[in-house]
Amino acid sequence: MTSSPAPRLSTRSLAAGYPGRRVIEDLDLDIAPGRITMIIGANACGKSTLLSVLARVNSPLGGRVELDGVDVATIPRRRFAQSVGLLPQHPTAPDGLTVGELVSRGRHPHRGVFQRWSADDSARVDDAMTRTGVANLADRPVGDLSGGQRQRVWIAMALAQEPRILLLDEPTTFLDLSHQIEVLDLLRTLNRTDGTTIVVVLHELNLAARYADDLIVMSGGRVLVHGAPSDVLTSDVVADAFDLDALVMPDPLTSTPLVIPRPGGAHVATDEA
Amino acid sequence: MTGRIVETRARVRRRRAIVVAAVLLAVLLVGTVSLSVGDYAISPVDVWRTLWGAGDRAQSYVVFQVRAPRLAMALLAGAALGAAGALLQSLLGNPLASPDLLGISGGSGVAAVFAILVLGLGGPALAAAAFAGGLAVAAFLLLAGHHRSDGGYRLILAGVGVAFLCTALTSFLMVRAQVELAQGALVWLTGSLASTPWWNVLTVLIAILLALPAVIACARWLPITQMGAPTAASLGVRSSTVKIVAVVTAVLLTAVTCAFVGPISFVALCAPAIARPLLGHGAIGVGTSAALGAAILAGADLVAQFAIPGYSMPVGVVTGALGAIFLLWLLATSKGRQL
Repeated sequence: MTSSPAPRLSTRSLAAGYPGRRVIEDLDLDIAPGRITMIIGANACGKSTLLSVLARVNSPLGGRVELDGVDVATIPRRRFAQSVGLLPQHPTAPDGLTVGELVSRGRHPHRGVFQRWSADDSARVDDAMTRTGVANLADRPVGDLSGGQRQRVWIAMALAQEPRILLLDEPTTFLDLSHQIEVLDLLRTLNRTDGTTIVVVLHELNLAARYADDLIVMSGGRVLVHGAPSDVLTSDVVADAFDLDALVMPDPLTSTPLVIPRPGGAHVATDEA
Repeated sequence: MTGRIVETRARVRRRRAIVVAAVLLAVLLVGTVSLSVGDYAISPVDVWRTLWGAGDRAQSYVVFQVRAPRLAMALLAGAALGAAGALLQSLLGNPLASPDLLGISGGSGVAAVFAILVLGLGGPALAAAAFAGGLAVAAFLLLAGHHRSDGGYRLILAGVGVAFLCTALTSFLMVRAQVELAQGALVWLTGSLASTPWWNVLTVLIAILLALPAVIACARWLPITQMGAPTAASLGVRSSTVKIVAVVTAVLLTAVTCAFVGPISFVALCAPAIARPLLGHGAIGVGTSAALGAAILAGADLVAQFAIPGYSMPVGVVTGALGAIFLLWLLATSKGRQL
């Protein structure tokens, strides 16, 4: 597999959001290459907005996103897609599309418009399906799969893209706990074997703290803290970011921070995103 | 490594090859029949001999000057409409999307009738007018219905409204015009392949060749944009760009057929709807739709010429009648499912 070091993804004086409503203002951020970064925060704190700008789904309203110091706006989209992949929150598969076809579409950035499918493309797709454990589903329609299987298929598509940086927007939402663990274990394996930088927006604080090398806690469009989970995830930070009274103690199994809400600890009903 | 995906792709390719071969065979069959039947009957064997330059003078004249241009126009226009329909349906993710239901044909129609009746235009100028009309409608729709979340239904409803408006405008132009002119415009409006000169065929061919690179690019892009704008963006494809390219291409293909054979209805709706299930696998099927469109229009023209002995109908009557039945069937079976 590719072993070149992942490029560094950063933001400089970034402003993002929607015309007329800036969610993020003046953000400087460096995502550590080759590590797993998890972004957590209350609803509407700007974490998905940040991810979509990092992935170039939306353009910054101000400032810039940089890849190894180069403004990404100057990089052709297809070349950018060869380095950075995104698994959005609600990807859609057309009716009847098979798993194999879907995963194959991940090869798009590596092929010119008039270029034919190559043996290398096949090898990459096979590899992506094998590593995510969906190879035996290749001929099944995506629509027939369970939520956990489907999520692994989408991750396979993102892997076929061979990104050095993979961004995922709430990849475990709607999955039961064992499938959440399965997806996060898969991401960790990818990170450890290829050195792929992985950036995940996650709702589950305790899982984020367990799987992250670096944790970013956002609040009101700002980065509250950024660092190793055991250093940055304190009860004060949880109170700031989530308006929640919680006990933070070491997880008895992994000694990563474990956030336990105190009974009646929610001060304010958080706004819906 | 077992090469799982190689098998899967080989199976998909084999299926596509069979479908395309079958459709092309149908085209060949329809084509041969079209060239042989008529007031001056020529046996299929003689048709082929004539095409290879071995026919007698009378046969050569009938085949090359009378029947071949008409057949060629039917094939080209059908292919253009089939491809245009496939582009629009994949783009909007809705099986009801087609140039006629979206009002694009209507826009081309109004502009063309205006060009015929008021400006007295014909030929390439007429094609340009039809293109402008179709593009105006398409631009309006893109501006009006940019909420994509409802599977393009808002856009299609807007299009149906525009189509009615266009019909009203066309009627207004028609009743204001002199009877002889209006009669000619009416035949054009119904869609007719009768008396097609070769240079018309050539013009349409050139327009299709011009559109071809864009069609091929869209065939590569649309499967990506189908997965939603964020996924497409992460694969390096900008949905907004693809939308514009696909719509302009579809309008060009629709307008050029519209200008020379009239707004032929329903081919663009039917061809992709038949092609997709034949191909399976969530395919876009632009090429297959084009081949099917060619077969359908050439076949419909045969029916139009010979269904009622001694009376040749405009082909639009046949596609309209067949297409209406097909549309009802589609509405009854699709349950509003998206592509």
